[in-house]
Amino acid sequence: MNMNTKSPYQIKIGKILSVKQMTSMEKMFEIALPGEDLSHAPGQFVEVSLLGIGEAPLSVSSSPTKQGSFELVVRKVGKLTGALHKLKAGDEVGIRGPFGQGFPVRILEGNDLLFVAGGLGIVPLRSLINFVIGNRKNFGKVDILLGCRNPKEMLFHEELAGWKERLDVNFNCTVDKADPDWKGNVGLITSLIPGVTLDSERTFAVVVGPPIMYKFVIMKLLDKNIPERQILISLERHMKCGLGKCGHCQIGNTYCCQDGPVFTYEKVKAIGGAI
Amino acid sequence: MQYNLLNKNQLNDLISFLAREQKVVAPVAQGLNNYAFTEIKNGIQATLNYIPTTLPPKKYFMPQRETLATYDTTQGQNMDPVVEHEKVALFGVHTCDLAGIQCLNMVFSEKPKDQNYLARKNAITIIGYECNAYCDRFASCRLVHNHTPNGGYDLFMTNLGDKFILHVNTPAGEKIIERSHLFSLAAKADLAALERLRQKKREIFEKNEIPIEHEKIPELFDKSYQSKVWADLDKRCVACGNCTNVCPSCYCFDVIDEPNLDLTTGRRYRQWDSCQNETFAKVAGGENFRKERGARQRHRYYRKFRFPIEKFSRFFCTGCGRCSRACMAKIDLKETLVSLIKEQGMENPNAGRQSTIAEKPATF
Repeated sequence: MNMNTKSPYQIKIGKILSVKQMTSMEKMFEIALPGEDLSHAPGQFVEVSLLGIGEAPLSVSSSPTKQGSFELVVRKVGKLTGALHKLKAGDEVGIRGPFGQGFPVRILEGNDLLFVAGGLGIVPLRSLINFVIGNRKNFGKVDILLGCRNPKEMLFHEELAGWKERLDVNFNCTVDKADPDWKGNVGLITSLIPGVTLDSERTFAVVVGPPIMYKFVIMKLLDKNIPERQILISLERHMKCGLGKCGHCQIGNTYCCQDGPVFTYEKVKAIGGAI
Repeated sequence: MQYNLLNKNQLNDLISFLAREQKVVAPVAQGLNNYAFTEIKNGIQATLNYIPTTLPPKKYFMPQRETLATYDTTQGQNMDPVVEHEKVALFGVHTCDLAGIQCLNMVFSEKPKDQNYLARKNAITIIGYECNAYCDRFASCRLVHNHTPNGGYDLFMTNLGDKFILHVNTPAGEKIIERSHLFSLAAKADLAALERLRQKKREIFEKNEIPIEHEKIPELFDKSYQSKVWADLDKRCVACGNCTNVCPSCYCFDVIDEPNLDLTTGRRYRQWDSCQNETFAKVAGGENFRKERGARQRHRYYRKFRFPIEKFSRFFCTGCGRCSRACMAKIDLKETLVSLIKEQGMENPNAGRQSTIAEKPATF
């Protein structure tokens, strides 16, 4: 017997408004849900679906302050992302979500912020950074540290230049490996942290990057006396269902898709296999 | 009166009564020491004295494959969600499997609720059946307090020798009693016979199968994350996933799209998955968060004995022993626990003895 009831697997139709090639690997998709906003919090993710191919969890890269559409930045690595890369403006995708616990914006308000983004970590972090910039007076001092493997992999060039020019934001970036045109810092993201001046009592560090990065960045942040509960990280796992059921994203006792992906270091440090 | 009697020669009539309104499934012998929950039309097909079936009754709550949606891409990216269910009476479910169903109920009732699971659950009637003795050496139901009934059924049958005594637990169970006209009220003597049987069971299941107190298990696992036992399992496990497939409380799944041959229509379905598969915790970037088989086995044990304590206040191991029976590498749950206990020096050979757990559920 079949019966149509409210299924948590139901998708909403998303219309692609524009597609922008970011690097050789990444494209940015601007997507609108007809008649409504996604209403996400910075740090949340959506399940993007293409029928016959499947679903994949992708972080929302735009700030909720941007209305009418949202942005996803997608690296071509698998079946679903490969198919997404073939789509153009006007095409449809399925959207479920937003899912998960985003960054605790209300708690961050009134405090200094240190953003640390490694590689694709800038994609979800950009949502919070642009939210903070859009509500700049609600936040204290803002430092943004960005690292990636080489200059060719750097995303959001124009936006980064904008952040760099702002007087109310300290922006610094580094690459693991330079090319002849690169004039900036060379070295791992951890090399930028000691140079930041901060008031550890009122600073929240927000860290997003590849799994390998967390341990080393967190060590440097603890050296700066930032309390463990003020270190926020967003963990990458395979959020297959987004509903806290399928088991793929489980870390210890927590389901990354429902309890995360944003956690405090204080919460995850004791969970085996988390970082 | 919560207890009713059924004559043994009327078991067949009960099955026929149930089969008029729904599919009836019961344990059916498939060969030596091999049983499966299978549809029956006649009481004679069912086997009530069985060791746990190869697959637990979870297959009726969460089938190996279950359609979540159908689609037609000529209509764009829209899809039609599907919630499949059918009326089923599960007959002869042992207490370990009742516990497994209770675990799944908790998981899928948690928000966001799983409508696909709940629709099936609401269409299933459960008639439990008491084990009066151990099924085999793999069972550890006493350890997790599942050797006696703890709810999770509509009706629960106990074999008193010449007749069955049935505990009525839900309005659905009551309806069966009323409408089938097969039952008579249990007399004081019958309740006394049931109590004598339970007393005898207390002697058979006199202490925990594994030398540790129930309440100490979370502590054991808190101490055992870095245990050498996991390294041993790493060498032995062949990552086949048998243990999770046969587990009554394992529910992990994958979601897969399957286009039809026309390449425009198709379905999205979910399918049992296993945390023992190598790619289970792998992400698109290539990182695999549980790359080693030992880490995956450890994850499985923690998901039975440690993680659910905080979330659901119960163990997710039901003591049924299926994982040990089905393991191709002879990884035995009881042996694994004994190794962990010995390593931590937490052995208590009399664990569980003279305990009042049958009357009083444990608290953590």
